[in-house]
Amino acid sequence: MTKPVSIAGVGVISAIGNNVQENLAALEQGKAGMTKMEYLSSAHKEKLPVAEVKMDNIALAALAGMPAYISRTALLSAIAAKEALQNAGIQSLRGLRSGFISANTVGGMDKTEDFFADFLNDSGKGRLRNLVHHECGAATELVADMLGIKNYVSTISTACSSSANAVFFAARLIKQNILDIAIAGGTDSLTKFTLNGFNTLMILDQQYCQPFDENRRGLNLGEGAGYVVLVSDKVAKALTQAPVCALSGYCNANDAYHQTASSPGGTGSYLAMKGALAQSGLKPADIDYINLHGTGTQNNDIAEGTAIKLLFEGKYPKMSSTKSFTGHTLGASGGIEAVFSVLALQHGLIYPNLRFETQMKGLPFAPETVFRKGEKIHHVLSNSFGFGGNCSSLIFSKLQA
Amino acid sequence: MDNLCKLGFLTTEILLEGRNIHEAYGRTKTGIVLSNANASLDADIAYFETVKNIPSPAQFVYTLPNIVIGEISIRHGFKGENAFFVSEEFDAGLLEFYVSDLFKRKSIDCCIAGWVDFLGESYRAVLYLVENRSAARSLPWTTEHINKIYELANGKING
Amino acid sequence: MADLKRQIIAQLNLKDLKPEDIGDDQPLFVEGLGLDSIDALELIVLLQQEYKIKLASAEEGQSVFRSVRTMAQYIMEHQPKTV
Repeated sequence: MTKPVSIAGVGVISAIGNNVQENLAALEQGKAGMTKMEYLSSAHKEKLPVAEVKMDNIALAALAGMPAYISRTALLSAIAAKEALQNAGIQSLRGLRSGFISANTVGGMDKTEDFFADFLNDSGKGRLRNLVHHECGAATELVADMLGIKNYVSTISTACSSSANAVFFAARLIKQNILDIAIAGGTDSLTKFTLNGFNTLMILDQQYCQPFDENRRGLNLGEGAGYVVLVSDKVAKALTQAPVCALSGYCNANDAYHQTASSPGGTGSYLAMKGALAQSGLKPADIDYINLHGTGTQNNDIAEGTAIKLLFEGKYPKMSSTKSFTGHTLGASGGIEAVFSVLALQHGLIYPNLRFETQMKGLPFAPETVFRKGEKIHHVLSNSFGFGGNCSSLIFSKLQA
Repeated sequence: MDNLCKLGFLTTEILLEGRNIHEAYGRTKTGIVLSNANASLDADIAYFETVKNIPSPAQFVYTLPNIVIGEISIRHGFKGENAFFVSEEFDAGLLEFYVSDLFKRKSIDCCIAGWVDFLGESYRAVLYLVENRSAARSLPWTTEHINKIYELANGKING
Repeated sequence: MADLKRQIIAQLNLKDLKPEDIGDDQPLFVEGLGLDSIDALELIVLLQQEYKIKLASAEEGQSVFRSVRTMAQYIMEHQPKTV
C-alpha cells in the first residue's frame, strides 16, 4: 500500500451557510437549510421545499469575483473552491503542478432554462453565445481559469456519486506523480429541470426529509458546492500548517441492477464500502463515524442500511445523513459530505440526523440524533451512491504522528 | 433506452461478441470508463420536450451520461469500477491514465473504455477492450495506440 | 380494455407487443409483462394524461397496476364524470 494522499484544506457553500464556519455553526445548532422556494421559480413553489443557497446570482457573483451572467453552478463552485485553497493556507500555485477535478450533473441548465424562456418570447433577446457556458465541462473550465489552474482540468459526471469520484481521481493523479496539488469535489445548482424530473420519479418529500426513518417519504433537493485540497507529501511538508487528515481509502463499484434504483441488498454499496476498507487496511470496527448517503428515499436508505448491516455486523459505528441539513445536492453531495467528514475528524464532531423518529424495520441500528463535540474520531467513512448504479465510498483518517 | 444508451449498449455487444470476459475475468473485476463531449444533452432535449405536457419519468432517467454505463453493467452484470468523463475532445491521455491506474492497483483485470457521444443526428462510438492478458492481435494500451484506433474508427465510421 | 392496452403499449414504447398479447389478468410487473418501477411511473403519467386521474404516490400504483383489469377498474371508479 502506498502512502495515502493528505487533505490540506476544505471549502463549502450550501443551504446552511456560505462558508465552512457558517456550515459548522448550523450543524451544531441543528438548523436545517430547507425552506419554501425563494430563488428558483417553479410551479411547485408552494408544494415542494428545497434547500437553496440563500443568495441570488448577483450576490454570489460578487462573492465569487466573477460575472453574474455565468451559471449558478459555476458561481457556487468558484466560491467553495476559493475557500478551500485559502483554508489550506495556499497563497500561490506557482511552481506546482495543479489540478481542478470538479463534478456536476446539471451544468449551466439554469441559464439554458432562462435563455429559452426569453428566446421563445423574443428571439432577439437571448445571447446565443452564452449557451457555450452551459455544458457540464464549461463550469469546471471557468472556475479553473479563475483559480489559475492549467495543468489538469477534468469534469466527472456520474450522477450523485460524481464528486466523491472526483476526490479519489485527484488522489490517484497525485499518487502517480502527475500532480502536486489538486482541488477536487463538485457543484450543482437547483434547476427546474432536476426538480421536475425528480418529481416525476415521485421521490420528492413534500415535507422536510427524514433520512433513515421507517416513515421516510423521499428527498428534498438542495444545491451547493464542496471541495477538498489534496496535496503530495512534498507540498504537505512545505505548508505553513499541517495537513488536516488523509484520504486513506476509496472504492467505486457498479450495482448493475437498475437505471435509478438500488438493488435490495445494496450490492454496489456493499462492494464500495468493503473495497474502501480494504484499501485503507482498516477493519469495519475501526470506523468511528459514517456520513451516510441517506437521501431519505425508501429505496436508497434500505439498500444502504442493509449493506451496512452486512458489513458492520455486531458493531455499528455512529452514523447520520447530513442531507437532513443540506438536502440532496446531487453532483455536489459527495464533495460537501467529504468536507463535513474532514471537519468531523478535525474537530471530533458527530452530526445529528435531523427529524429522525422511528428506527427502520429490519435494521438493528439508528442514526445519531444529537450533535456531539470532542469525540475521539480517527476514521470516517463517507458514502455516495448514484443513478446508473455508480457507488462510491471514501475513508478519511487522522494522520499517523 | 435513450439514444446514448442504445449506442453504447450496441457498441459493447459488437465489442464483446465471441468473447467470454465474465468467465475470463469475473464480473466484479470488469470495469467501464467512458467519455464524451455532449454528456446527456440528447436525452435532456427529449425530456425537455415532454415537460411542455407532462414530464416523462422514463425520459428523465436518461438525463445523466453515466446511465449508459448502468445499462451495460445491467446487461452483463459488470460490477467493477466505472467512471464517465465529459471533455470537449477525445482525451486519450486521460483514458490511458485512468484505466492503467485501475490495472496497476489490481482493482480490475478487464475494462471497456472509450468514447460514446450522441446528439441529434450525429453520433460516434469508439470502444476499446483492455485486458491484463494480451490476446491475439491485441495492441499495448498506450496513448499512441488509443489515438490511432480512435482516428482510424473516425475515418470509417462517421455519424 | 383493448383501448387501455393500446395506450399502455404506446406509453411504454413496447413496440414488439400487440394489445392481444397482454392478458386481462396477466401481472404487468416482474414475472408477468416484466415492467419495472420506471414503467409504473409512466403508467401514472398515462392515467393523468388520458383519464385526468392523479395518483398520490408510487405505492398506490402497486395495487392499481397489478393487471390491465385492475387498472381498468380503477379508471372506471375514479374517472371524473365530465370526460
